[in-house]
Amino acid sequence: MSEIRIQREDFDPGAELAALNDGKGAIGAIASFIGLVRGDDDLIAMTLDHYPGMCESEIAAHVAEARKRWPILRLRIVHRVGRLTQGERIVFVGVASSHRHAAFQAAEFLMDYLKTRAPFWKLEERPSGTTWVEARTEDDESIKRWR
Amino acid sequence: MKLLYFAWVRQKIGSSEEDIAAPSSVTTVAALVEFLRQRGAGYEAAFRDPKLLRVAVNQEHAGFDARVGPNDEVAFFPPVTGG
Repeated sequence: MSEIRIQREDFDPGAELAALNDGKGAIGAIASFIGLVRGDDDLIAMTLDHYPGMCESEIAAHVAEARKRWPILRLRIVHRVGRLTQGERIVFVGVASSHRHAAFQAAEFLMDYLKTRAPFWKLEERPSGTTWVEARTEDDESIKRWR
Repeated sequence: MKLLYFAWVRQKIGSSEEDIAAPSSVTTVAALVEFLRQRGAGYEAAFRDPKLLRVAVNQEHAGFDARVGPNDEVAFFPPVTGG
């Protein structure tokens, strides 16, 4: 079972984690990642722009790829869009599997692909004005290990 | 052809989407970029350095050599920065 949501509103990490547990005993490990807005360099806010439709299909393609590589039992991805201030949650990736290695690795794989392939863009707002965040070459490097 | 622009590409062009009738000689993304550059200062600014741009054809990542036609949806944007 997979759930992928792109939404403006905040999410409840506890509810997302609870939904990853089927309560039937097959799941032995749940790994999750939550990305937050850092308050670097007097950042006021960050606005996330996205390409509706392509975001969902791109994420779904990477979920399908993760499912081929690891025995994933449940998976949930929530990515927020719109204007967010420091400390706010941006993204949740949660993976449930029988064992921890699959859960950890699949969560990291999905985050690396979210960062480098899913069509989202961040606009940073500071007292000096607004700037689009530039892609980081480290992020491009980090997906090479999954090839 | 339906065109979509995101992030600074949208800001430079001043529009998020438009339908255009490209000349029949425009059969690739690269040719489309050259055609769009002629459409005004905003387009010229957005498409001046194609190395800074990424493209999707029908909502899938594509290269500048990808084929495009009148029924396609083509999106231009900078490298993605989500997550």
